[in-house]
Amino acid sequence: MAKGRIVIDEGRCKGCELCISVCPPEILVVSSRLNERGYLAVEVMDMDRCTGCSLCAVICPDVCITVYRQVPARSR
Amino acid sequence: MNNAEEKLVFERPRSLTDAHTHYCPGCTHGIAHRLVAEALDELGLRERTLGIAPVGCAVLAYYYFNVDMAEAAHGRAPAMATGMKRANPDKILFTYQGDGDLAAIGAGEIVHAAGRGENITVIFINNAIYGMTGGQMAPTTLEGQKTTSSPMGRDISIAGHPLRMSELLATLDGAAYVARGSLHDPKHIRRAKKAILTAFKVQQAGLGFSMVELLSACGTNWKMDPVEALGWIKDNMVPYFPLGDYKVTDAVKNL
Repeated sequence: MAKGRIVIDEGRCKGCELCISVCPPEILVVSSRLNERGYLAVEVMDMDRCTGCSLCAVICPDVCITVYRQVPARSR
Repeated sequence: MNNAEEKLVFERPRSLTDAHTHYCPGCTHGIAHRLVAEALDELGLRERTLGIAPVGCAVLAYYYFNVDMAEAAHGRAPAMATGMKRANPDKILFTYQGDGDLAAIGAGEIVHAAGRGENITVIFINNAIYGMTGGQMAPTTLEGQKTTSSPMGRDISIAGHPLRMSELLATLDGAAYVARGSLHDPKHIRRAKKAILTAFKVQQAGLGFSMVELLSACGTNWKMDPVEALGWIKDNMVPYFPLGDYKVTDAVKNL
């Protein structure tokens, strides 16, 4: 069960791979899709292992990542 | 558990426009822009902030910040900010300047703005090179660093020593808050954000000149890939440009 989820704005991604270098569960990879600006955008390989830690979003120079985190049942 | 609730923990700040930046892949200008925008959002300053874009790679910053902005002549952003702030004391003024802008052609303006204690905030991007013009040696270029105008590496017997601007400006009585952060990993990016928040709070409280220097990468002109360039900041720039607060007046401590 994923603790988090990220949404990558692929059209904004420049494929710099900084997010890949900081992702603790190592679930980010370069996709084979060229975006309209000619960059290979990053995609999530295995969203179930996302912890919602936000490190990818913190280091993304193009602010293309939005992060959601699951709210634990006990705090609801 | 398909009905699990989730909360939004990270999104694009409202103080950035939707424009795509022209920066190279992995350029930390984008991170610095985001930190400034988040700080303006969190302090609720977006509607009363005026920014000043520099000459340099960030020359088009006025397309990216969702605040009113002006464009200064090379190095003259602190002088423009001085006039704009004095004419509009209720506005929040920030300049966004690189090392070629602030530490070379604009060295006079920044020293006097800090010395006068102008109530403005300066975001200083130090990437140890002239980025936009093609990677020439800057005042902050490290000893031995190869650039297009120092192909054998910076020779301090000819080009002199790199300038440490935060240390220099911290000696001036008008400077209320001067800090140096780095953008080479998430931990330091978060610390840099705190420094930027403090700098804007200093201005809000009218305590005087505030500046945050950010060690940044220029993978393109350093001839490195983005990940390698961040490592170069950590291994080479941080030892010469130590991180931390260089000037925190008592009034700033009590904020």
